[in-house]
Amino acid sequence: MLFGIMKDIAAARTLTIEAELPTVGALKKWLMQQYPGMQQLRAVMVAVNKAYAADDTALSPGDEIAIIPPLSGG
Amino acid sequence: MEQLIRIGPTVTAQEAIDFVQSPESGGIVTFIGAVRNQTQQKKVLKLFFECYEPMALLELEKIAQTVRERWHVQRIAMLHVTGEKLPGETVVVIAVAAPHRAAAFEACQYAIDTLKEAVPIWKQEFFEDGAVWVAAHP
Repeated sequence: MLFGIMKDIAAARTLTIEAELPTVGALKKWLMQQYPGMQQLRAVMVAVNKAYAADDTALSPGDEIAIIPPLSGG
Repeated sequence: MEQLIRIGPTVTAQEAIDFVQSPESGGIVTFIGAVRNQTQQKKVLKLFFECYEPMALLELEKIAQTVRERWHVQRIAMLHVTGEKLPGETVVVIAVAAPHRAAAFEACQYAIDTLKEAVPIWKQEFFEDGAVWVAAHP
């Protein structure tokens, strides 16, 4: 799932990824390559199953993955 | 501690205050965040709030949990809007009730600061000449 400016950069609300991406770090790297506009962002976090996940977090089929660009609530 | 956590199209300070008020509480602190009509001298027409709601609710729950552990607080209400909002409209409300004011002030400050840092909500500002996602770029 993509939110905020990430949705605009990827021009999509959800992505289907064919590549083999074992970890959050690998996913971030893949996204940066696919969407160079992402490199201009202040920071991008990834949430796995509705919780922030570190780069070494393993990804499994069926995980709910959200790309979280810089927050601006409140 | 009792808590009210809600994300919806409209929120009011009154519903937060009504929830936290009780005869046991000697101090109630309320923070109200509203849409500002300008950013860096540019006129803001409206804001749009996007939210990853299931996770946002969990993150708000974590804030309530931390408040419960750190301060002697009786009730907390945390409300946030989604969708379009015009200048002057309420966007976020935090209300905290405690026996004494110091705990209520501290817990309220912690709650709004942490909400801004950790709760997955994004705002887009609309100007006369376009729109930007706030804080996205350094």
